[in-house]
Amino acid sequence: MAETLNVGDIVAEAAFPLTRDSLVRYAGASGDFNPIHYRDDVAASVGLPGVLAHGMLTMGLAVQPVSDWVGDPARILDYQVRFTRTVVVDAESGAEILVVAKVGKLDDEAGQARIDLTVTVGEQTVLGKAQVLVRL
Amino acid sequence: MGAAIAAPGLLSATTKAKLVAGAAPHKLSPPGPVRLASVPINPDLQGRTLEPTPPYLVGREKIREFSRAVFATNPVNLDPQAAQSAGYADVVAPTTFPIVVQQLTLDQLLALPHAGIDFSRVVHGDQRFSYTRPIVAGDELTGRLTVTSIKSLGGNSMITAETVVTDAAGEHVVTATSTLVVRAED
Repeated sequence: MAETLNVGDIVAEAAFPLTRDSLVRYAGASGDFNPIHYRDDVAASVGLPGVLAHGMLTMGLAVQPVSDWVGDPARILDYQVRFTRTVVVDAESGAEILVVAKVGKLDDEAGQARIDLTVTVGEQTVLGKAQVLVRL
Repeated sequence: MGAAIAAPGLLSATTKAKLVAGAAPHKLSPPGPVRLASVPINPDLQGRTLEPTPPYLVGREKIREFSRAVFATNPVNLDPQAAQSAGYADVVAPTTFPIVVQQLTLDQLLALPHAGIDFSRVVHGDQRFSYTRPIVAGDELTGRLTVTSIKSLGGNSMITAETVVTDAAGEHVVTATSTLVVRAED
């Protein structure tokens, strides 16, 4: 964190391979047991293309590279996302979520940086306006 | 389960169960004075603050379980000694952990008898957490939800709800804000 930061710098990158196991684990940890996140038949019955990852799981994992980069969780002051696209998790092949964290804005006076996340599956962005405000 | 749900982020099954119980009779009675076909949400909800939730005691193992579920590998999330070395009383919750307390308040909202929120059409539009301090195991948290905005956009309606999470001393910890989109009828 001592190095000089510039807007546009990539501060962290990570890939998160999701399987159905990941979804069941998140369901248990969060208490969100909506069956569209683990049952193909239920997902199909409501017209979905497949079992979906919880939006809050995608949001939760996407901030981890930033959490590791800043080191101390107290430095994360604010985190927001817009859910723009569903993440279908295939029973056999799963899904891979890629996260790239870039400096979006610097406020030297306040000692803060806005880190913008690009979160994609395949070539498609799944979160919009994914921004983390950190204290440097 | 008949209605199509095309939802990036959805609410919990418990929310749904409560809502179905609460909302079904509402379909028989018209909403209040403002009756717009594209805004099924009761506009009287705007500005409404609900009762605070009972205290939620944050457990160390719950934080560790949640951390593993969101792929958190930072030792302060998992290892009490690492957390203590970093100056915390115990393990620190991942950034999105407050959803657990916020969910209790969203359940309250959706279960209101006259809210007019049809759960089968609800999708999670956006989400935000604004912190004063991180959550640590041992915290006793209370959530209190206020409906800050109800809007209509392209036939859908959007309800924004802000849950203020405070600790046992009544001090602010984090504010969790959700916008729920209620899709227009097909």
